[in-house]
Amino acid sequence: MESLSNLTDAALTAIRASADLRHLDELRVHYLGKKGVITEQLKSLGALPPEQRREAGQAINQAKQVVAEALEARREALELAAREARLAAETLDVTLPGRRQEPGGLHPVTLTIERIQALLEQLGFAVAEGPEVEDDYHNFEALNIPSHHPARAMHDTFYFDATTLLRTHTSPVQVRVMENQAPPLRIIAPGRVYRCDSDLTHSPMFHQVEGLVVDEQVTFAHLRGVLDAFLRAFFEQNDLKTRFRPSYFPFTEPSAEVDIQCVQCGGHGCRVCKQTGWLEVMGCGMVHPNVLGHVGIDSERYSGFAFGLGVERMAMLRYGVNDLRLFFDNDIRFLRQFV
Amino acid sequence: MKISNQWLGQWVDHGLAVDALGHRLTMAGLELDAITAVAPDFTGVVVAHVIAVEPHPDADKLRVCQVDDGSGEPVQVVCGAPNVHVGMRAPFARVGAVLPGDFKIKKAKLRGVPSFGMLCSARELGLSEAHEGLMSLPDAPAAGTDIRVLLGLDDQVLEVDLTPNRADCLSMAGVAREVATLTGRPLKVLEVPAVPAACEDMFPVRLEAAADCPRYAGRVIRGVNPAAPTPLWMQERLRRAGVRSLGPLVDVTNYVMLELGQPMHAFDLAVLDGAIVVRRARAGETLTLLDGQPLTLSGDDLVIADEGKLLALAGIMGGEASGVTDDTQDIFLESAHFVPMAVAGRARHHGLHTESSHRFERGVDPALPLRALERATQLLCQIAGGTPGPATVAEETSRVPVQAPITLRPARVSRLLGLTLPPERMGEILLALGCQVSGAGETWQVTVPSFRFDLAIEEDLVEEIARVHGYDNLPSQLPLVRPDITWLDEARVDPRRLRSRLCDLGYLEAITFSFVDEALEARFSPDTRPLKLANPLSSELAVMRTTLWPGLVKAARHNLNRQQTRVRLFETGLRFVPEGDALKQEKVISGLICGALLPAQWGQAERPVDFFDLKGDVESLLALAGLDRQVNWRAARHPALHPGQSAELTLNGESLLGWVGALNPALEAELDLEMPVFLFELSLDKVCQGHLPRFQEQSRFPAIRRDLALLVDAALPAAQVVAVIENAGHQTLKGVNLFDVYTGQGVPEGRKSLALGLILQDLSSTLTDEEVDTIIHDIVTGLQEEVGATLRA
Repeated sequence: MESLSNLTDAALTAIRASADLRHLDELRVHYLGKKGVITEQLKSLGALPPEQRREAGQAINQAKQVVAEALEARREALELAAREARLAAETLDVTLPGRRQEPGGLHPVTLTIERIQALLEQLGFAVAEGPEVEDDYHNFEALNIPSHHPARAMHDTFYFDATTLLRTHTSPVQVRVMENQAPPLRIIAPGRVYRCDSDLTHSPMFHQVEGLVVDEQVTFAHLRGVLDAFLRAFFEQNDLKTRFRPSYFPFTEPSAEVDIQCVQCGGHGCRVCKQTGWLEVMGCGMVHPNVLGHVGIDSERYSGFAFGLGVERMAMLRYGVNDLRLFFDNDIRFLRQFV
Repeated sequence: MKISNQWLGQWVDHGLAVDALGHRLTMAGLELDAITAVAPDFTGVVVAHVIAVEPHPDADKLRVCQVDDGSGEPVQVVCGAPNVHVGMRAPFARVGAVLPGDFKIKKAKLRGVPSFGMLCSARELGLSEAHEGLMSLPDAPAAGTDIRVLLGLDDQVLEVDLTPNRADCLSMAGVAREVATLTGRPLKVLEVPAVPAACEDMFPVRLEAAADCPRYAGRVIRGVNPAAPTPLWMQERLRRAGVRSLGPLVDVTNYVMLELGQPMHAFDLAVLDGAIVVRRARAGETLTLLDGQPLTLSGDDLVIADEGKLLALAGIMGGEASGVTDDTQDIFLESAHFVPMAVAGRARHHGLHTESSHRFERGVDPALPLRALERATQLLCQIAGGTPGPATVAEETSRVPVQAPITLRPARVSRLLGLTLPPERMGEILLALGCQVSGAGETWQVTVPSFRFDLAIEEDLVEEIARVHGYDNLPSQLPLVRPDITWLDEARVDPRRLRSRLCDLGYLEAITFSFVDEALEARFSPDTRPLKLANPLSSELAVMRTTLWPGLVKAARHNLNRQQTRVRLFETGLRFVPEGDALKQEKVISGLICGALLPAQWGQAERPVDFFDLKGDVESLLALAGLDRQVNWRAARHPALHPGQSAELTLNGESLLGWVGALNPALEAELDLEMPVFLFELSLDKVCQGHLPRFQEQSRFPAIRRDLALLVDAALPAAQVVAVIENAGHQTLKGVNLFDVYTGQGVPEGRKSLALGLILQDLSSTLTDEEVDTIIHDIVTGLQEEVGATLRA
């Protein structure tokens, strides 16, 4: 039989050398299990003289404790190492890209319309819609543009037959709204419009937003006030200069074109504003009494103003797009720039 | 309208720099388009008199000329122009001159002969594009006169865009009147004395359409010289107005039109027969115009005829046969008033647009004809000689347009403008505009001048007052918002929500043209006859789309052809579907996907999209209005879709919601798409129509799940199996989840295995095993009877 101290030394050596938990457990069983070699030592106590038993017993129990502690320490060390190894093995390169769908986005024309809408809704404007295949009456006649009016030449109209056409502006929505609703009215009508014209700066299809206010005591000053505030808000520029120039639209009187100070050069003159410092952005005016008359609104009691702006133009100025045709190519490299 | 500032200065001393003048005009509604110099910079060019021309000894095309440039000594110049001749006066660039383009003139030897300067063409001086040899200077200007001084070349042209209402500014007289009003400077009115008759010859004029032409002034002039040169000053003014010089007879009528605004016409008296008759054309009458174009006329056309034939399309263009030629000796000058309605639309109807029709259809001052006739006679006799007969005027004065006085209430002016303007100021402005104002106090009567065709109602005067006062001086004020609450339909989903859902799903919004190629449209909707444009821009943009798919597919192709490998697009817009005689303009939301499901990524295998990727996207759209469980997907054929991968979507079994499917492979190949493309199109209104949430009591008792593995016919739609279960009428059945579909080993040929999880739950108790068994048994029996399903062993 080995001496207890040899046994203990051997156990401690084996425990230190143990490299995994399973082996460590085998050592535990081997030394301290019910039939373990140290446990077995207790059985030999009976063979000792009684006066030695106590001391020997203490020695054995101490040896057991030393080995048990060594086992526990080693177990903890091995477990820690195992945990660390696992974590090390699970370490990721967090700089690698995540799995996802690429974000989509709205067309810049839609973004612009929604922006215009969001701004004007604050002033109580509600959105109205109308058909794109229109009749001559709503597109022209009711807007004080009779069939031989020279202004028709300014609208290169797509026709289907003598009386059916693609609307050349969003103004017919004005008429349709006034036919169906009584004043006070405060609407905007965004939508597609069509002109039979195609070159660098004209697209046969483009977008306008029409605005209409009809109420008692509506003045030209209100028209200016609304458009001044709107344009400053749209371009987020509090000192944006605007100017109203007399112009002519058969359905408004007085009529005006609205220019803004060039947002590209701040009014010093550049390619975008053709060196004038000004950019024409919309047409507007007080609703012509003939237009009110067509829909049975008393122009003595009510007055109104209307405006129409080109959405692509606003989008080009806002986002710096330099070619109108890009809006309708639907090239995803272009569209993605507005995501 | 091109306005020479120098010419304008003779009418009104406006005292403004040309830029300031342009700005003032712009702010008065005459929008300045551009200011251009009438000639580029050049120096050292004078009038030279050619006194000798000899052939060049060594060059056939060159001549050696001696010219008098006013310096006292003849100067030798070698010249290649074919029209150089002795006695000619032409611009001469002396040695040291600098021509446009910084071209310096130096002493030179041409084929051995010394040349001291250069005789110039109009083109070399930047005055014309035409290269017709040397610029010949009529009227014998003195040799040595600086050309810039002679021609008044230190001048600018203001190009102004006139709106259709401002026909009164289509002349120098009109612009000058406007400038005088705007600047408060006096207008120097042109004196036009009556030219006394030097012979008795007259030609009769008969007005048979006096409503269209109430006034017709005319005059015979005998013995004109059509070859007389047009004086330089007139040529220059015509040039600056953008009108080509075409000989004195035509030049004078054009000049008077530019000067006073009255379009005129000169007939060759020799071809006139009997009398001038102004009348409507008879249907089918034909006329060949000056430009050689033959026209067939109708009763809507107003013509100038004589007793035997048509002479001109009134107010639009003269006829070929009756116009003046190089051989004309005697002429009849026309200066008539045609009312706008007689001309409006007729020119456009015949595809014509002339300086004359442009003016008449907008309105020419009816007071002008005689004045213009006298002015033209005076100029013509000065330039081309001739003996004028008496001026004659045929008219029906009762038909001459007279503007009724307009009632103006100063208070309304202020009310419409939102500006309190003193009535005196309003009166001043109206007077400056040539109006007569009568009445006082609250209601005025305003008579507008005969040249302002555009002023007819009170609001027109409001604009005039505002315009002259200056729009910039009008106030700006936000209107008060009348407080009101707009009701919101809570059951309706905002279409913007659908768009943003698609954006979140990786779709980019496209905007494609509403008109498409007819052939392509037919491939998508062969059974629909689309609405056709009568005047399309091209065959590619010829018919109105009946679906958004052709546009989306073309957009996808555009991108695939540009190295893009995955495309996800959507569009909202109208489709135009003829229904009988009516047209349905229906708002739809459509989408397209092709290529890989996700962008190439290190952590997962790339996989192309399939039908169920798109279906999932569509379902998540439908879910926004809570429709994903109500919509019925039915396999159905669509001409544009893969016959085995297309579904018709209906709501509550009847209302057609739209289509979802794979593009038909034949079309895919035809369009060179080279990969499967998946499409959807849904009625936007229908998919936005949801319902108000309605609270339902929730059970406090546990739910029980039972899984069924069923064998069914391989062709049986899974939805039918689910429908049988759901329709079995068990209140406690809370959900059916199809979690596996399997064919292959262990499943008989022609069958498929479906694994379904059934969730059962009662509101008032915990379901017992017996109760659940009974329900499941009932469901399995039903499945067996209705769709031949068996439990998989």
